[in-house]
Amino acid sequence: MSLTNEHIRQRLTEKFGEALAFEEPHNMLTVTAPADHNLKVLQFLYDDEQLRFRFLTDLTGVHYPERSGEELGVVYHLHNLTDNVRLRLKVFVPVEKPDVFTATKLFPGANWMERETYDFFGINFVGHPDLRRILNADEMDYFPMRKEYTLEDPQRTDKDDEMFGR
Amino acid sequence: MARPVQYNTNDKVKLVDLPEGYAGEGFYATSFDKVVGLARKNSLWPLPFATSCCGIEFMATMGSNYDLARFGSERMGFTPRQCDMLLVAGTISKKLGPVLRQVYLQMAEPRWVIAIGACASSGGIFDSYSVLQGIDQVIPVDVYVPGCPPRPEGIIDGILKLQELVGNESLRRRTSEQYKALMQSYGIQ
Repeated sequence: MSLTNEHIRQRLTEKFGEALAFEEPHNMLTVTAPADHNLKVLQFLYDDEQLRFRFLTDLTGVHYPERSGEELGVVYHLHNLTDNVRLRLKVFVPVEKPDVFTATKLFPGANWMERETYDFFGINFVGHPDLRRILNADEMDYFPMRKEYTLEDPQRTDKDDEMFGR
Repeated sequence: MARPVQYNTNDKVKLVDLPEGYAGEGFYATSFDKVVGLARKNSLWPLPFATSCCGIEFMATMGSNYDLARFGSERMGFTPRQCDMLLVAGTISKKLGPVLRQVYLQMAEPRWVIAIGACASSGGIFDSYSVLQGIDQVIPVDVYVPGCPPRPEGIIDGILKLQELVGNESLRRRTSEQYKALMQSYGIQ
């Protein structure tokens, strides 16, 4: 019997009750969990003998500036390699206090992906062994992928207008 | 016996012209500047700093079709200590800026820099928070080669322009006040 979205949904509801919200965009089950539940849900999806989501495909961030109180999101893409089923898990945190528990204990591969998410979105992964910037220059003091900036900064001085103009 | 290919017969070796000077029976006199300039410009050692597609064009320039060796740039150094001509080909991100500067600092004087392509010259299409808007933000540049990427002919033209600068450079230039002020403006020394 292959693993269906309905079955995964049922298992998760049995375990976590009403705490989770479900969607199915493009037939891919998407679970939205409260931010402090992310590790519990990941652990359950990993350990459960029927679900077996034991591969972390991707981990990234997203910013919705208009949703007050849950502006920043972390998205986990999980893969059950046995049944070839994919699942998406989302958690949302306020931009003032973007604390999310680290997934590095469960998936060592999350280490650099969480550093990248921190680098670009400023999400603070609580318990991460080495939360430093990974792609941008170390001295950068902002999080460039947040939707907080105008498309073009009129105050820029590093473009030499005299020679290259706009 | 006639050979099918003629190697290095005298009419195929191209010699540079003698600099302006005074010649007589058994002697030839010219200024030291000109001799040094002549030697320098025809034996520039390139140091490629290639990060993207301009680097591919530079490889074509070094290859047998375009053959930069014809102009005395025979050997690429890959070590800044031995090279005279830094060729920056490609996008330089802000994080890479200090690395490029370090490479420049490791080169011995006299040293020259060519910015190959739009990205190295001005940031090009990458008008972005992460990209250095031209390498002249961190190191002085002698010749800019436009193009995205420039064709090998363009790169050769840039190197010939640089040879002109090198050949005509005064021996006192690198100790002059203007040069020191230029270096000072980049925070070097």
